Amino acid sequence: MSGILVVIEERDGHVSRASWEAIAAGQKLATLAGQPMNAVVLGAKTEQSAAEVASKALAKVVRIEHPLLAAYTADGFTLALQQFFAAEKPDYVVFPHTYQVRDYTPKLATRLGQALIGDVTAIADGPVFTRQLMQGRLNGSYRPTGSGPCFVSVQAGAFRADEAQSGSAQITVFTPAIELAQIRTRPSERFRGAAQTVDLGAAQRIVGVGRGIKDAANLPLVQELATALGAELGASRPICDFGWLAMERQIGSSGQTIAPKLYIALGISGAIQHLVGIKGSQCVVAINKDPDAPIFEAADYGIVGDLMEVVPALTEAVKAAQ
Amino acid sequence: MKIIVAIKQVPERDAQIRIDAAGKWIEESGLQYALNESDAYALEEALQLKEKHGGEVVVLTAGPERVGPTIREALAKGADRAIHIDCADLNKLDALGVARLLAAAVKPENPDLVLTGLQSDDLGQGQTGVILAELLSLPHSTLILHVDKTDAGLTVKRELEEGWFQTIELPAPAVLTIQSGGNKLRYATLMGIKRAKTKEVRVVTAAELAVDAAPVVVLERVALPQKQKSTQMLTGSPKEAAAALVEKLKFEARVL
Repeated sequence: MSGILVVIEERDGHVSRASWEAIAAGQKLATLAGQPMNAVVLGAKTEQSAAEVASKALAKVVRIEHPLLAAYTADGFTLALQQFFAAEKPDYVVFPHTYQVRDYTPKLATRLGQALIGDVTAIADGPVFTRQLMQGRLNGSYRPTGSGPCFVSVQAGAFRADEAQSGSAQITVFTPAIELAQIRTRPSERFRGAAQTVDLGAAQRIVGVGRGIKDAANLPLVQELATALGAELGASRPICDFGWLAMERQIGSSGQTIAPKLYIALGISGAIQHLVGIKGSQCVVAINKDPDAPIFEAADYGIVGDLMEVVPALTEAVKAAQ
Repeated sequence: MKIIVAIKQVPERDAQIRIDAAGKWIEESGLQYALNESDAYALEEALQLKEKHGGEVVVLTAGPERVGPTIREALAKGADRAIHIDCADLNKLDALGVARLLAAAVKPENPDLVLTGLQSDDLGQGQTGVILAELLSLPHSTLILHVDKTDAGLTVKRELEEGWFQTIELPAPAVLTIQSGGNKLRYATLMGIKRAKTKEVRVVTAAELAVDAAPVVVLERVALPQKQKSTQMLTGSPKEAAAALVEKLKFEARVL
């Protein structure tokens, strides 16, 4: 086959949004490398997803089907793709950077003596791949120098799903040889944590708090601002890890995705895991003591300053304006 | 239970990061370093498993001489001994090369369990544990919040996206990457700090491990991210900035 191969991920029987973005990234790479592009869908029943993917500009969509691929396991997915690569020899393999992809692609790459370039935000001529370093403070440019396929996963939101070009692809089936004994992990069905009583997804105004608050004893300052605004209180992951706020108030890839009219981020540096959760916000305000914090890049308005001084001042100003 | 915890020393979270003269890495002189956060949770999980089931906790790290204090910190918290892979140019290796070094040091130890943080706070690749598992031919699972030892092996709680979780059963020995927040981190006690001074730290050089760590992926250049969005910065005293912000939110963004 050679060329570019995009590995599609399903979510509830359909192609996930992140996978459409991976197709858009793959098309960019295919244009730069002047190579054809194909896609694979893995699972026990892949007809529906394959049909969805075949509506894009791809040479071929391959259904990698096996009953043992019904539930994701790192062993099963690695074996299936390893066999497929041996038969088809892609030059580049593009994945969406999801928890599932993070769980098995480093293993798959290792098996072929390669290393994944993960969480890529841009692809330039070379090809050279950009990914973030130091919690988003720096960008790194990576070049593959290995002899095997180059493995790339793309960050959520870095490529636009609606830029994936339409077309009509041929669909084929590939049946890998997998035995039950080769799969060493037994995953359960997924389940929710504690009952969700806070629906941040529906809130119109949210005040988010991060490490910059320094101490749980300072949280009332933030609560007062939220109350003045009629806003829900949310947090970045560390605040929930420390037990300062309930896990259900966590905003980001492992917590809730929000889409309020107004989001105010207090003392949140802006790691990508948080930023993906706030993308749908209409207006973002960032208040942080570090002028170089990546959160300012995602903000419409910013104030550089000490939370202990700026937050009470803002609470007063909000009250005065009402 | 013999548990190996692979840890990494990373620049402190609030450290001022500068790019080096060659534009290929960060300027390391004058930087403050700390134990990588999710590795601290991996160490905590290991110490709690040892308290429950007995055994030994061995910390393993690769890095230059400056990682010494981070190793002592882990020993002070309760790890029994340490293996330090002395490697001055860690940043020139790729994820596979680093994992090959770690795997070579883990193999002769024959551990019952290998734990590491889910990703480093500096490079953030989140691959070391998974590659390590493949190199050691062990099963693995990632983003783990809780580990239970069972008769058959291990039962672990794995975090999925958007507030979902999953339980995974797997045989031991295994490699697990630990997500932050599963436990409350302990502090080193004065007694622990004192004891750490006499605990064994075995230093092996990368050359002694005799692995092929030649990179298949090269970090060519580091740069500051280009500003893409025009953020309006509001300046002045806290009171002035706050008043200006409310004005903007009310009349420009119209969200108040």
